[in-house]
Amino acid sequence: MTVLAVAEHRRGELRDVSHELVTAGRELADATDGDLHVAVVSGSVEEYADRLDRDGVDVIHTVAHGEEFNHDVYTQAVTQLAEEIDPTVLLMPQSVNGLDYAPAVANRVGLPLITDAVDLAYDDGLTATRELYGSKVETTIDSHADSTAVTIRPAEWPAAEGSGDATVEPFEATIDESAIRSTVTGFQEVGGGDVDISEADVLVSIGRGIEEEENLDLIRDLADTLDATLSASRPIVDNGWLPKNRQVGQSGKVVTPDVYIAIGISGAVQHVAGMKGADTIVAINDDPNAPIFDIADYGIVDDLFDVVPALIEGFES
Amino acid sequence: MKVLVTVKEVTAVDDEFEIDGLGIDDRYVTADLNEWDEYAVEEAVQLSESLDDVEVVTVTIGPSDAEETIRQALAKGADRAIRVWDDALDDDAMLDPATKARLLAAVAEQEDPDLILTGVQSADDSLGATGVTLADQLGTEWAAVVNALDLDAQAGVAHVHRELEGGVEELTDVELPAVLTIQTGINDPRYASLRGIRQAQSKELAEKTLADIGLDATALDSPIEQTALYEPESEGGATLYEGTPEETAGELAGLLAERGVGQ
Repeated sequence: MTVLAVAEHRRGELRDVSHELVTAGRELADATDGDLHVAVVSGSVEEYADRLDRDGVDVIHTVAHGEEFNHDVYTQAVTQLAEEIDPTVLLMPQSVNGLDYAPAVANRVGLPLITDAVDLAYDDGLTATRELYGSKVETTIDSHADSTAVTIRPAEWPAAEGSGDATVEPFEATIDESAIRSTVTGFQEVGGGDVDISEADVLVSIGRGIEEEENLDLIRDLADTLDATLSASRPIVDNGWLPKNRQVGQSGKVVTPDVYIAIGISGAVQHVAGMKGADTIVAINDDPNAPIFDIADYGIVDDLFDVVPALIEGFES
Repeated sequence: MKVLVTVKEVTAVDDEFEIDGLGIDDRYVTADLNEWDEYAVEEAVQLSESLDDVEVVTVTIGPSDAEETIRQALAKGADRAIRVWDDALDDDAMLDPATKARLLAAVAEQEDPDLILTGVQSADDSLGATGVTLADQLGTEWAAVVNALDLDAQAGVAHVHRELEGGVEELTDVELPAVLTIQTGINDPRYASLRGIRQAQSKELAEKTLADIGLDATALDSPIEQTALYEPESEGGATLYEGTPEETAGELAGLLAERGVGQ
């Protein structure tokens, strides 16, 4: 079979999910000794193609049209490519932009669409695993179609590594300009600033458990002691106690530090989506049932107001 | 102008629950209006308050049990409601986005709205694809994950912000008619007033079968099949330090030093 995976980029950068799509696509292709094709649409497609040429990629299709994501361009280009290649599985990212074109492509090509897959298997047919009811249960979905469209959840597959020897083939998509009925006029950073928490090696992250704004000083002291960067979960930012650029999570930043210390954070799925890629996760929370302990490597079930001062002291000595 | 809002009754699952076949045992679920749809309804009602002659119509796919939930939107200011249901539809079966969109598109074709608002996703099965599928089936424009909307009805353009990942918003102009999928936080959904709740009881809530919207049971054919439902294995592999705060913090400090923190 053939798998076609569509890369994602934004404002000149390939997004991490692109290399995860390569891994997921390679795994599926391997199940049937098949080929993995990757598509990249708009922007500096040749440069992107270079960086997408990881181990296991057979062909990279480039569609040079425009700079930034436009769903009308993506929908047309990916539809035409899928019709030409006829992939058994069409993989796209479960991202905000993925959700803006994948359903339209699936509709036009006539493929069933399974979104937000966290696992995929191929054995006489595609089986996808998804989560329901806020991750409380998992479900498996079988596709009985010859060809299926899937969006994969970011950070569920490891990034593909190594260098490949893919053939790069420019694809001449016929883009009907009159069908482009939406125009991206710009971007707006919500809560920019001087700090990029996604670059930090060590993050001290605070959640609702801090209770009061003035208690944040305790966490700042800890961050200083550990030479770490301060971050937070959504409620802290919603309250205006820290700026938006400190927010970890789906609508904030996705971080992958060496060490992530979650303090007073329960670990809702939207938060976890932003930090589960950390190498080592430490949780301090007085609720032993908090979901953060499901993904933590190390934990302390105790009052943060007792533990954090002791940690500052313990680390200094 | 007419605004069509798709709404869905969703079920929330208790902390402790049991699985019954491919669903959750009824004893452990609570039905409510989908959170994202509340924002979509509020956005539509605000449009009807700020512009002249705006009719807000809700459409849902659901059994008669869902009517109480659907009336919440009427109580908050929607003008009338349509509920699609048919004996051919199974209460528990998962409908894939294409199937849902086919039913909603059939209603949209009858209603001919200028704007369709949907939630980004539903809280229960979180497919997140029905709105854009609906747009493409109808051949209208769309925008997914909208967290700000400024409608220029005269020019026929919706100026929207799309909430991208990582604290970035995309500013986009979308030609009408269009489907916009609405993100939470776009507005501050109101509570229904007592007067609104009373009025909702007398507002039109039309039930339509597949035949009523020009479809038959083949519209429900889907190559997607749910095959299992189970609780994921707990990933609780955390090493928990035990003892006094000094002891646990001491062990954690040692671990952090080992990992090179502070160096």
